[in-house]
Amino acid sequence: MSSKKIRVLVAKPGLDGHDRGAKVVARALRDAGMEVIYTGLRQTPEMIVRAAIDEAVDVIGLSILSGAHNAIFPRVMELLNAEGVDDILVVAGGIIPEDDVPMLKEVGIAEVFGPGTPLQEIVDFIQSNVKK
Amino acid sequence: MSVEKLVEGILSGKRRELARLISLIEDEDAIASEVLSRLYKNTGHAKIIGVTGPPGSGKSTLVTRITTEYRKREQSVGIICVDPSSPFSGGALLGDRIRMQEHSLDDEVFVRSMGTRGHLGGLSRATSDAVRAVDAFGKDVILVETVGAGQSEVEVIEIAHTVIVTDVPGSGDDIQAIKAGIMEIADIFVVNKSDLPGADKKVTEINAMLDTDQKMGTWRPPVILTNGRTGEGITELVDMIEEHFAYLASSGQLEARGLRRSREELEQLMEYKLTRELLSTLRGRPEYENAIREIALRREDPYTVAERLITEFLVKCRE
Repeated sequence: MSSKKIRVLVAKPGLDGHDRGAKVVARALRDAGMEVIYTGLRQTPEMIVRAAIDEAVDVIGLSILSGAHNAIFPRVMELLNAEGVDDILVVAGGIIPEDDVPMLKEVGIAEVFGPGTPLQEIVDFIQSNVKK
Repeated sequence: MSVEKLVEGILSGKRRELARLISLIEDEDAIASEVLSRLYKNTGHAKIIGVTGPPGSGKSTLVTRITTEYRKREQSVGIICVDPSSPFSGGALLGDRIRMQEHSLDDEVFVRSMGTRGHLGGLSRATSDAVRAVDAFGKDVILVETVGAGQSEVEVIEIAHTVIVTDVPGSGDDIQAIKAGIMEIADIFVVNKSDLPGADKKVTEINAMLDTDQKMGTWRPPVILTNGRTGEGITELVDMIEEHFAYLASSGQLEARGLRRSREELEQLMEYKLTRELLSTLRGRPEYENAIREIALRREDPYTVAERLITEFLVKCRE
């Protein structure tokens, strides 16, 4: 029981009204042996970054459905950089048009998982890409 | 990250270093004990409050409200909340933060979630050292929220000055109230969700239980009605926590607790280190493996073998 566990912050930025998808992913990560900290709805980028630092997570999973990703995700990355955090893997999911993905990857989002992604694919990606 | 950098960072109030240390403690990394031993002399200043009670009795909400009240009184607060790890995957879903949003950007509040990682008793193995780290970090008050406790998760008394046991109306009858275990560890009882029917009856049942307590000292645990949603009763509750702390100090119990705790901790550490030392000299040696086989085949018995191995070990240590 003493080995290093992957800690993941599952965060819901923006004004989404429900979090079913985030909960399904959180559950799958839990079942894969990770410690998942769930923030609840309507988080600001500042709240997410603070939680990620206090909880010393290895991964942040951002879930968003409302279409505000192009504003919110770069802001999260900007705040992480400002805090000097470069060892957290950031992934995203939700309703994100393919056209937006290249820009999001450019600001540092490692992968974007759309609707229908098999849960195992997310688990595998995290396990092979965590930064420590 | 180096020991030096962690120690300095924590003593100068850097939350990232504190967060890192807690992870190292949880992962049982050797660096953690080195850092903790350097920090030890800077601990012992925080008031440590344990909050325990059944799942869904409003512990997280109560912790948030208590934090709000302490912030009004200009005290800084550390919060450690423990949630269960899965016995199957070892994973965990730590959801206590959801209720603690209002403090999420307050620099004077540090919130950390922990999984039990297989440990029973309501806390994780790392909780006590994590509390110590937050203490060294300089928080005035540390709130420790246990997992949703059933009846025997009573470990929180070992680390907290004041233990709050929460209950809600309609949760079992007066027999539940006199059972052994969690009902015995409270310094303060809270009947939360006071707007639900049966709240007064619950208070009466707990008081009736206390009336028949033969071994109660000079502190009779008060029973306080609260409403986590509206904040009713919280000022009273925090006043009572302060009163309990003053009582501990004036009655000499604070000092006695400190001594008891230091003794337990030292003895546990020695036991752990000694066992590890002994086993490292034995494991893998053919005579040792052979003795195990002999015990399994009933040609030797474990009582005699244990005696012999320990005597041999001690003799060798003297040489």
